[in-house]
Amino acid sequence: MERFIQVIVDGIATGSIYAALALALVLIFRSTGIVNFAQGEMAMFSTFIAWGLYAGGVPLGLAVLTTLVLSFVAGMAIERGLIRHFEGGEVLTLVIVTLGLFILLNSLAGWIWGFGNRSFPSLFGDSTFDVGGVQLTWESIGIVGVLLAVVGLLFLLFQRTKIGLAMRAAALNPESSGLVGVRVGRMLMLGWGLAAALGALAGVLVAPRLFLDVNLMGSVLIYAFAAAALGGFDSAIGAVVGGWVIGVTENLAGTYVDFIGADLKILVPLAIIFVVLLVRPTGLFGTREVARV
Amino acid sequence: MSDRTLRIAGLVVLIGFAVLVPFVFGPYRVGQFTLVAAYAVAALGLNLLVGYNGQISLGHGAFFALGAYTAALLIEKANLPYLLTVPLAGVLAFAVGYVFGVPALRLRGLYLALVTLALAVATPQLIKRFDGLTEGTQGMTVEQPESPGWLPLADDQFLYLLTLVVAAIMFALAWSLMRSQVGRAVQAVRDEEIPASTLGVDLASTKTRVFALSAGYAGVAGALYVFAIGFVAPEAFTVTISLAFLAAIVVGGLATIVGAVFGALFIEFVPVYASDVNDALTGVIYGGVLILAMFLLPGGVAGLLRRIRELVARRPAEEEVRRPAVATEGRGVPAGKT
Amino acid sequence: MTRSGKLVWLAVLMIAALVAASCGREDDEGGGDPGITDDEIKIGGSYPFSGPASAYRSIAEGAKAQFELVNAQGGIDGRKINFITLDDAYEPPKAVQNARRLIQEEQVFALFNTLGTPNNVAIWDYVNEQEVPHLYVATGASLWGANPKKHPWTIGWQPDYVSEAQAYVDYLEKEQPGAKVAVLYQNDAFGKDLLGGFEEAIKGTDIEIVAEESYEVTDPTVSSQMAKLADSDADTFLNITTPKFGAQAIAAAHKLDWDVLHIVNNVSASKLLVLEPAGLDASQGLISTAYYKDPASGEWDDDSAMKEYKSAMRKYSRGNPEDPFCIFGWGAAQTLVEALKNMEEPTRQALMDSVRNMDIRVPILLPGIRVKTSGMEDGYPIEATQIQRFEGENWQLVGEVIQAPH
Repeated sequence: MERFIQVIVDGIATGSIYAALALALVLIFRSTGIVNFAQGEMAMFSTFIAWGLYAGGVPLGLAVLTTLVLSFVAGMAIERGLIRHFEGGEVLTLVIVTLGLFILLNSLAGWIWGFGNRSFPSLFGDSTFDVGGVQLTWESIGIVGVLLAVVGLLFLLFQRTKIGLAMRAAALNPESSGLVGVRVGRMLMLGWGLAAALGALAGVLVAPRLFLDVNLMGSVLIYAFAAAALGGFDSAIGAVVGGWVIGVTENLAGTYVDFIGADLKILVPLAIIFVVLLVRPTGLFGTREVARV
Repeated sequence: MSDRTLRIAGLVVLIGFAVLVPFVFGPYRVGQFTLVAAYAVAALGLNLLVGYNGQISLGHGAFFALGAYTAALLIEKANLPYLLTVPLAGVLAFAVGYVFGVPALRLRGLYLALVTLALAVATPQLIKRFDGLTEGTQGMTVEQPESPGWLPLADDQFLYLLTLVVAAIMFALAWSLMRSQVGRAVQAVRDEEIPASTLGVDLASTKTRVFALSAGYAGVAGALYVFAIGFVAPEAFTVTISLAFLAAIVVGGLATIVGAVFGALFIEFVPVYASDVNDALTGVIYGGVLILAMFLLPGGVAGLLRRIRELVARRPAEEEVRRPAVATEGRGVPAGKT
Repeated sequence: MTRSGKLVWLAVLMIAALVAASCGREDDEGGGDPGITDDEIKIGGSYPFSGPASAYRSIAEGAKAQFELVNAQGGIDGRKINFITLDDAYEPPKAVQNARRLIQEEQVFALFNTLGTPNNVAIWDYVNEQEVPHLYVATGASLWGANPKKHPWTIGWQPDYVSEAQAYVDYLEKEQPGAKVAVLYQNDAFGKDLLGGFEEAIKGTDIEIVAEESYEVTDPTVSSQMAKLADSDADTFLNITTPKFGAQAIAAAHKLDWDVLHIVNNVSASKLLVLEPAGLDASQGLISTAYYKDPASGEWDDDSAMKEYKSAMRKYSRGNPEDPFCIFGWGAAQTLVEALKNMEEPTRQALMDSVRNMDIRVPILLPGIRVKTSGMEDGYPIEATQIQRFEGENWQLVGEVIQAPH
């Protein structure tokens, strides 16, 4: 029984990794309507910047905070300077732009910081403790706490503030919102800035466990994508729950179902998503769309 | 001078160039062009699905791999004549694409993208899982076609021309299909799904068939790839190749037949040039060129050629296809939702 | 003539112009072996400069530094080494094309240090057919030396994974007889080769594998595999991973308080890339093998070979001198330089003869380890390793050099 609970707890810890990046994906989707392939690489790049600051002597907390701010600015700059040009056009063109950005950032990070891996300190320390035979780490608890806090903040932002309302309007119907005075361009920039900052946060949360190298987020991206999809692409809490569901089912399958094994365990969450989407086509927490003929 | 004449002239130049390649370049370069022809077939298949039918697939590498391994196994283990493996690879990929398509196509946009991406990610794992058959991680060397004695052609020249002929057949097929009644139904599904269905187009069946067809194309391309490279291993069929095919059709020109050729040229040659310029910054250059291509060529290379034709003919080009509008689900936040 | 008729003629003319302007195909030239002249020797290499295996590009950096140093000292008999490297992103089709390009277009004298088992398997038939030396491939697969008659132009360099596994089995028989082993391995040619070697070597002993978990290079973390392994009743952990995952496994074992004999394979034994990220306190008591001197390990600071290597790296390369892959490339390059020096004639066959009849000391290898080949029967240049244990801040060599001839 202990083992079972441990597997679930570990699954939530791993799932939180996916959820962290998934939140950034969801935020981009909610503000600009596309999936940003480069989200993971942006997060990785930000994490390297944080590492650089920390290695240069800046205390960890300050380094992380600075990185969040820098990432926010960079996200806005990318939207204004690059993405803006393609908005409103063919979606696939923009998707390929983000793919190009992915390749570019990965290579640039390698050129600047090298391709080897290095450690990254945990914001929550290293210690573990035991609760009734189940091992927990402060780090995992910290990550879960941060995720829930972010979900809460996003809820407040989008549902309770004017800016949040403006962002939602700009995403849903740019033309009409522009007519009623919403600065659509500004809202898009804000969305990208926030998502970039969220991505940076995801990076510094997961790097201690995964170790920092240029491929830090490459493998996480598809899981984050899956988590966001499971939760319904426009729901922040959905992304987090989706991440946990994926982490837990993957771990359960890997532990208890022998013929799946470690190599095919990625198929388990995907099978789950498949089934969920067949029943609820817009994900667990997403909104149903009605098409006007 | 009409647009039609210009297009025929352009086609003549393209075909002429293609036929001359093996006599003008050395074996290494010819080998590159052979691979381009194989990639072009795969890209064309993907374009049928994405450009013409408005769906999405991030996983066509899986069908490419299926075709490659089918051909490899049939040649090495069943000792089949290599030519036969091409249609067999295509048919098997078609069948698997169909089986995958039936449930998958109940999903749309992002969710379909995710499921196909998962397929791409799982492909190397599946190859390794069945290593009794596929030789798994070691990879399998495959005997490559040789130039028959009675032809005055070197091996690489023969292989290139063979691949070119197969590719030309696949292109001709796609072209005539998209111009037919079937093609119009396919595009109707993309453009105006609901009216199309009210007019009697069977949406699900059309989508599944197009998906299967595009998978079949990827399978044929996989077989051609095996002839060109002579080796298969899981590392050759990662997510990278699936994403490369997608990049190819967007750079080449969505919903065009000839776009696949330019896209294939792009994904084969640009990475090589990028790493020649600076091997420490390969990705920066390749990613940068990709982004630049999107800036400068919003309609892909085919779109650019169309503009040139319009300039020369001094009149708008034939309305070939309407601009594709790929559906994405749930753009932005629907009203009343957190 | 109609306008369309004119256009068709235009097209035909364009094609004719193309034919006229283009360079025709060149025939193979006769005469001496390509890639070697009185002033230059061209060597070609294909490495993963980009992609998932890009960490191994440091190997090329180390090799380049060695060649630059040799060139600065006058080259080999007055010939400077021109090392042409191409990126294959760890993808076999790119490796195949690179091999063709290096041999046909660049006309290199020899291929050197191509990385990756699948990439080398993809090209070795072609390279051998072309009778081009395919030297010191950067993989520890036992393939390369198993049947030299079939691929006489191909040879590996590092001690292969099978002899590495044998060294661990010998160690276990002495230190932990009846060991119950849990294994974590990378699910690719490297991991499977090492595991296979281990399984083969424990036959007939009382060592058994009680738990086995694999992972993919595309996995984000190995934490669930580690949790499963720690839950088994093993008293030994065999860690067959590449650096990033090696670090994760070591850190996980430490976090889980899994206090067993922990053997980590040589590829993941680097202080810089694995132990420091995982934490030196988590790395106490680790067992591995070594055949070259770890540049991050303080004990070789005064060693003259290490000093020469580090100063050349700083002068000629962007790489990090403490990166173990750099010194690996350096050592392989030094071996090639010796082989070139001992060539009796400037021909490819003479190079192969020199490679296959060699008994030299490469200074960055551990004392007692030589690079030795003796004819076509012996396909493995380095067959010796030594066990090392991590204590305090550095690896400590344990016991004697193990000669493990095949």
